[in-house]
Amino acid sequence: MLEAARCIVYRDLLLALRRRTDVATALLFFVIVASLFPLGIGAEPNLLRAIAPGVIWVAALLSTMLSLGRLFAADHADGTLEQLALGAAPLGVVVTAKTLAHWLLSGLPLVLIAPVLAVQYDLPQALYGVLALSLLLGTPVLSMIGAIGAALTLGVRGGGVLLALLVLPLYVPVLIMGAGAVEMAAAGLESGGQLLILGALLVFTAAFAPWAIAAALRISLE
Amino acid sequence: MLQAKELECERGGRALFRSLSFILEEGEVLRVAGANGSGKTSLLRILCGLLPPASGEVIWKGAPIQALKEDYSRQLVYLGHAPAVKDDLTAAENLAIACRLAGNAQPEEALREALARFEVPRKLFVRQLSQGQRRRAALARLALSAPVPLWLLDEPFTALDSSGVAILRGTLEQHAARGGAVAFTTHQDPGMAAAKVVDLDA
Repeated sequence: MLEAARCIVYRDLLLALRRRTDVATALLFFVIVASLFPLGIGAEPNLLRAIAPGVIWVAALLSTMLSLGRLFAADHADGTLEQLALGAAPLGVVVTAKTLAHWLLSGLPLVLIAPVLAVQYDLPQALYGVLALSLLLGTPVLSMIGAIGAALTLGVRGGGVLLALLVLPLYVPVLIMGAGAVEMAAAGLESGGQLLILGALLVFTAAFAPWAIAAALRISLE
Repeated sequence: MLQAKELECERGGRALFRSLSFILEEGEVLRVAGANGSGKTSLLRILCGLLPPASGEVIWKGAPIQALKEDYSRQLVYLGHAPAVKDDLTAAENLAIACRLAGNAQPEEALREALARFEVPRKLFVRQLSQGQRRRAALARLALSAPVPLWLLDEPFTALDSSGVAILRGTLEQHAARGGAVAFTTHQDPGMAAAKVVDLDA
C-alpha cells in the first residue's frame, strides 16, 4: 500500500518535472496577484501592513484553485485514472498520494515564497514565521478540500468555474484562521489559538477527505 | 471462474443490454462482439467493477466482485479504450509504473524484454510515438502479467498493424494455454479461435 503511494507521488513529481511550466504558472500567479496590491494601493506602509495577511492568503487560495483543475483531469483524459482505480491499493490511499503530490507542487512553494512577498508589504520580520506556519498548516487543507471538488467536477462541462464556486466558500474558515493568526501576531497578541484551530482543521480534513475524494471519483468514473 | 449473472446495463436512460449471462472458465477466451454503441465497453467496465450494473451481478470464484474490491482488482488486468500511458514519460517508465501500481513490480530486465516483445522503442517519450506504438506500449503490460488470471481488454486490436495483431494474438493464446482467462471486445474478427462469443447485437 505504501509502495503504491510512493509510486504515485514519484510519478506525479516526475511528470511535473517534465512539465515545469504548469507548476511555475500557479506560483507566478501567486506572486503577481500578491504584488498587484502594493502597486494599486500605493506606498502607504500602515495600510499595506494591515492588509498584508489577508491579501497573501487570498492569493494563496486563488493560486491553489488554479492548479486544481489538472489534479485529476489529465489522468482522466488518458485513461490512467481508471488504472489507478483498479490498482492493488485502495482508492483512498491513491487519492491521498495524489493530493500529497499536489500540495508538494502547489502548496509548499507558496509557504516558502510567502516571506519574500511579505517584504513588499513591509511586514515586520517577526511575523514571517507565523505567516509561513499558518500557510504550512492551511495549504494542505486547501489541497484536500480542492481535491474533493476536482473529483466531483471531473468531466463536467465548464468544470473550472463550477469548481471555484464549489470550493471557494469551503475555503473561508481556513482563510479566516490563517489570516487571523498573522493579524493577531501583528497586534502583539497570542496567535496560538488560530494556529491550533488550523491544525485541527488539518487533522479533521485529513481524516475524512480521502474517503470523500475516493467516493466522488468513483461517481465520476462511472 | 468469472460469472456474469443477468446483467443489465443502462446508459443515459437507454437500455444497452438486458439479462446477459455467461460464464468464463480458466483457459477460455471470450470475444465480445457488437456494433458501435451496443455496450461492449460498458460490459467490460461492469466486469472489472468500474461501472455498477443496473441489475444483476458479477461473480468471481463464488463471491460478488463488490465484496472483493482490491482483492479482485489484483487478479485482473484491464486495458481500456484509452491506452493509459503518460505522454511525458517514456514507454519503459510507463510500464514500470503501471506494474508497480498493480502490485506487480518488475526488474529492469523484464521490462526491457516485454517492450522488445511488442517492438516498442524504450527510450522515446510516448508523445513521440504513433497511435499504434502507444497501443503496443500499453499492451506490453500483458507480457508481464502472466500470474494475473483475468485479462479484460477493450478493443486491444485497434491501431495495430498486422505484425502487432500477430504478437497480441500469440500473447492471448499463450495466456489461455496456461490456464488464464481473457475477455476482449472487438468489432472485427481478429481471426482468433475464440472459444466463446458474446454478441450484444443478438
